[in-house]
Amino acid sequence: MSSNSQKKGFGATIWDYLTTVDHKKIAILYLISGGFFFLVGGVEAMMIRIQLMKAGNDFLSAGTYNEVLTMHGTTMIFLAAMPILLAFMNAVSPLQIGARDVAFPFLNSLGFWLFFFGGIFLNLSWFLGGAPDAGWTNYASLALASEGHGIDFYSLGLTISGFGTLIAGINFLVTIINMRAPGMTYMRMPLFTWTTFVASALILLAFPPLTVGIFFMVFDRLFGANFFDVTMGGNTIIWEHFFWIFGHPEVYILILPAFGIFSEIFAIFSRKRLFGYTALVFATILIGFYGFMVWAHHMFTVGLGPTANAVFALATMIIAVPTGIKIFNWLLTIWGGNISFTVPMIYAVAFIPSFVAGGVTGVMQAIAPLDYQLHDSYFIVAHFHYVIVGGVVLAILAGTHLYWPKMFGTMLSEKLGKWTFWFFFIGFHLTFFIQHFLGLMGMPRRVYTFGADQGWDLFNAISSAGALLMAIGVIILLVNVVMTVVKGERVGNDPWGDGRTLEWAIPSPPPFYNFAQTPLVRGLDPYWIEKMEGNKEGMVYAEPLGDIHMPNGSFIPFVISLGMFIAAFGAMYHTDGHAWALPVLIGGLAITFGSMLVRSLKDDLGFHVTKEELIADNERIQREARALEGGKKGGLK
Amino acid sequence: MMKGPKKWRLFALMTALLVFLSGCGREEISTLIPAGKVAQDQFNLLILSSIVMLFVIVVVTIIYVLAIVKFRRSKVGEDMIPEQVEGSARLEFIWTAIPIVLLLILAVPTVYSTFDLADVTAMDAQDEDGAAENLTVNVTGKLYWWEFEYPEQEIRTAQELVVPTDERVYFNLIAADVKHSFWIPSVGGKLDVNPENVNTFYLEFDKESSELEEGVYFGKCAELCGPSHALMDFKVKTLNREDFDAWVAAMQEEQAAPTDTVAQEGQQIFEQSCIACHATNAAGAATGVGPNLATFGDRTTIAGFMEHDEETLKNWIADPQQYKPGNLMPNPEEINNGEPFSDQELDALAAYLMGLKVEE
Repeated sequence: MSSNSQKKGFGATIWDYLTTVDHKKIAILYLISGGFFFLVGGVEAMMIRIQLMKAGNDFLSAGTYNEVLTMHGTTMIFLAAMPILLAFMNAVSPLQIGARDVAFPFLNSLGFWLFFFGGIFLNLSWFLGGAPDAGWTNYASLALASEGHGIDFYSLGLTISGFGTLIAGINFLVTIINMRAPGMTYMRMPLFTWTTFVASALILLAFPPLTVGIFFMVFDRLFGANFFDVTMGGNTIIWEHFFWIFGHPEVYILILPAFGIFSEIFAIFSRKRLFGYTALVFATILIGFYGFMVWAHHMFTVGLGPTANAVFALATMIIAVPTGIKIFNWLLTIWGGNISFTVPMIYAVAFIPSFVAGGVTGVMQAIAPLDYQLHDSYFIVAHFHYVIVGGVVLAILAGTHLYWPKMFGTMLSEKLGKWTFWFFFIGFHLTFFIQHFLGLMGMPRRVYTFGADQGWDLFNAISSAGALLMAIGVIILLVNVVMTVVKGERVGNDPWGDGRTLEWAIPSPPPFYNFAQTPLVRGLDPYWIEKMEGNKEGMVYAEPLGDIHMPNGSFIPFVISLGMFIAAFGAMYHTDGHAWALPVLIGGLAITFGSMLVRSLKDDLGFHVTKEELIADNERIQREARALEGGKKGGLK
Repeated sequence: MMKGPKKWRLFALMTALLVFLSGCGREEISTLIPAGKVAQDQFNLLILSSIVMLFVIVVVTIIYVLAIVKFRRSKVGEDMIPEQVEGSARLEFIWTAIPIVLLLILAVPTVYSTFDLADVTAMDAQDEDGAAENLTVNVTGKLYWWEFEYPEQEIRTAQELVVPTDERVYFNLIAADVKHSFWIPSVGGKLDVNPENVNTFYLEFDKESSELEEGVYFGKCAELCGPSHALMDFKVKTLNREDFDAWVAAMQEEQAAPTDTVAQEGQQIFEQSCIACHATNAAGAATGVGPNLATFGDRTTIAGFMEHDEETLKNWIADPQQYKPGNLMPNPEEINNGEPFSDQELDALAAYLMGLKVEE
C-alpha cells in the first residue's frame, strides 16, 4: 500500500480503480469516461452534419434525428464537458493548494460513480426502445407528449448523474475552503483553483433547480402528476424557468474552469505572472454572480412581456463587462512576456479570437428585439458552439496536453498535437462561422431536413465539410494518446520548464500522498518564487517529515451508485405494468441504502504512511529523477 | 508555427468571400432582406450591434496580433525572464469603462424597441360603428400545421396566411397540442406559440408577395415540436387592401359545387372519408381536426412544404406518414372501409381538391 509504483496485475489495477478514493485516480476515471462520452457525442454530431449535408437528405429519419440531436447536446454538456473539467479539477486543484487529497475522498468516488452510472443509463436508451427526443432542453409539452421511455431515460439518468455532480461541487468547495496549505491565502490561489471554487459554488446553487424540474417531470410521466399538463391546469413555462435557472449558470460552470485552464497556460507559457490577478479573480466571481440573474434571456420569445425582456436584456449585457476584463488581462499577460508556442499555448492563443467571436454574438442576442430573429435559429447554434467549442472544448484539449504529464507522467506528442490543433481549429470555424449566416437567412435550429428552395444548400455543405476536419483532428488526438501510452517515456516534475504553481513542484505523477511535507506558500505562483530564488528543491516546507494519515479505498461508492442504477430501471418499467419492476425498484434502493448503512456502521479509520516509508519513497523518487536527468538532457524546450 | 497566422488570414478571407458571393439568402425567408417594419427595426439593431461589436473585435485583434508577434520566444530570446508585472489600475478602469459606454449605446434602442414591438394597445380599438380598426388573426399551431382564423371577418383558413400590406396586423397565438413558435423571418422575429396562454404581437407587411419569385413569404415553426418539426412550414400571401377585401368577401361565400364529373366523384369520396376532419368552407366558426381546405386550389404547397400538383397530392393522400412523419392524418385504410384509395379514387379526390378555390 505504501508505494504506488509496484507492478500490478490487470485485475488488481481494475479493482484498484473501482475502489479508489485518490483524487488523482478519480481524475483519470473522469477523463477516460468523459473522453468516451465525448467520442459518442462527436459521432452524434457527425450524424447530424451528414444528415444536413444537402437538401432533402434521408440519412436519418425524422424521429431518429431528434433523438440524435437530443443525445448530442445532453451527452456533450452533462457527460463529456463537465466530467472532463471535473477530471482536471480533481487532478490539479488539490495539488495547487498543497493538499493531500480532497476533503471527502469517499464522496469524491461516490460522485464519480453516480455520474458514470447515470451516463450509462441515459445512453442505454439507444438499445432499449429509443433515446430521448425533446432536445437537451427537454421542453415540457413535447417531453410529456413523447412516446416510449426516451424522456424517462433522460430524467432518471440526469437525476443520478446530477447527484454525482452536486456531490463533486460540494466537495471542492469544502476542499478549497479548508485544505489550503499554510500561506495559501485566497488571494494567492492559482486562477484554476479560483474558477474551480466559483464553478463549484454555481454547481451547488444551480443543480437543485434542475433536480426539482426533473422530479416534476418524473412525477408527471411515471406517477400521473400534472405539473406540466396544461389540460389539467399545469404550466409548461415553469419547466422552462427551472431549466434555465439551472441552464444558464451551467454554461458558466463549464466556461469558468476553462478560463482557469487558459489563465494557467497564459502565465506559464508567457513566463509571466497573470496581469491583473485581482481583477481576474473578481471578474470570475462577478460572472458567477450575474450568471444567476440572466436566465430569462433564453426565453425572450416566450411572451414574458416587455418589462421582463428589457430587464433581462440589460442584465445580460452587463456580463460582457467582466468577460471583457478577462480578455484584456490575458492579452496584457502575454504582452511583454516570452511566449513559447507549445500545444497548450496554441490552444490558448486560438481561444481568444474564437471566444471573442462567441462573446460578441452573445451581446447581440442580449438585445431582446433582435433576439426575436436570432432565437432558435442557426445563429444561436453558431453562437453557443463558438463559446462552448471555442471556449470549453479548446480548454479541454489544451488542458489535456498541459496536464497529461502531471496525470500520467508522460508527454503527448507536440507534433501530433499541432496537427490535431490545426484540423480541429480550422474545422471548427468552417463548421460554425457559416451557421451565423444560415440563421440570419431564416434557418431554424433542430430541423432534420430542409428544402432545396430555401437557399441554404451551399452553407450547409460547407458546415458539414468543416465537421469532417474536426473529426480528423480528434482521431489524430486519439492516435497521439495511444502512441504516448505505448512509448511511456517518463518526465520530471516540471516538464514544461516554466511551471509556476505547486503541482509542478512534485513528481509526475505525484505520489499518492501528494506532498510528503506540506509546503509553505510564500506568495502567488509559489513554485516560481522558489525557482527564482534558486531553491533547488522547489519548495519550502510548513511541517517536519512525519506520519501521514490517508483514507482506505472503498467499493461502497460503486455499490451505492449501482443500486440507484438498478432502481431507475424498476421505476421506469413499473409504469408498463411489468410484475418484476417493483421488486427491482425496491431491490435497487435496498442496495443503495444498505451500502450506506454499512458505510455508517463500519468504522474505517484509514491508515498511516510512516515516516520511514516516506523516506524510502523519497529516495526512490530521487533515484528515478536522476535516471531521468541522465537519460535525456534538459527536458522539453 | 510560422505558418499559423497566415493560414488563418487566408481562411478568414475565403469565408468572407463565400458569404459575399452567395448574398443574403432568399427574399422570401431571409432576415437580411427585411420586408416590414418589425423586421426592419430588428435588422437595424443587427447592423448597429454588428458595428459596435466589430469595433471591439478590431481593438482586441490589434492588441492580440501585436502581442503574439512581438513577444515570441524566438524574438525575445530563450532565457529572457520577463518583468513580473502585477497589473494596472488605470488600464482596468479603461477596459471596464469603455465597454460600459458601448453597452449603453446598445441599451437605449434595445429598451425602446422591446416596448415598441410589444405594443398591442391598438389591437382592440374600435371605430364609431363598433367594428375593429385593425385586422386581427388568431393563429393556432397544431401538429404539424397552422390554422388562421379571422375573427372579425368570421373566416378561417390554414397553411397559407393571407394579409393586407401597409398596415399593422395583430396576431393572437396559441398552441393546440405542444409548444410551437411562429416565425416569418423576412417580416419579423418569432413569438412562441404556447399551449397555456395566448401570446400577442403585431407585424407589418410592406410588399405584395406577388412580386416575389415564389409568390409567397416562407413561414416556419421555430420550436422543436416532434418528428416533423422541420416540415411545419406555412406560407404568407400579402395583398394590397383592395385585393385583400375582395379575398375576404370571396372567402365568406359558400364553396361552389364542382362541375366536371371527376371532381364530383371526388367530392362524394371526400364527403364519405375526409369531411369529418376537413371543412371546405372558409366561413363560419367551426374548427376542424384537420386543416380547412377552402382555399386548397389557391395554395402554393401541399402539406406546407411539397410541390403543389396533383401527383404529389395523390401520393400524400395515399401515404401521409411517409412524407410528414408523426402527423395526425389517418391512412386511407382507416377512413375508407379498410381499403387503400384506388388510383381512380385518388384522381377524383385530387381533381376535387385542386378545384377548391376562392381566388379567380
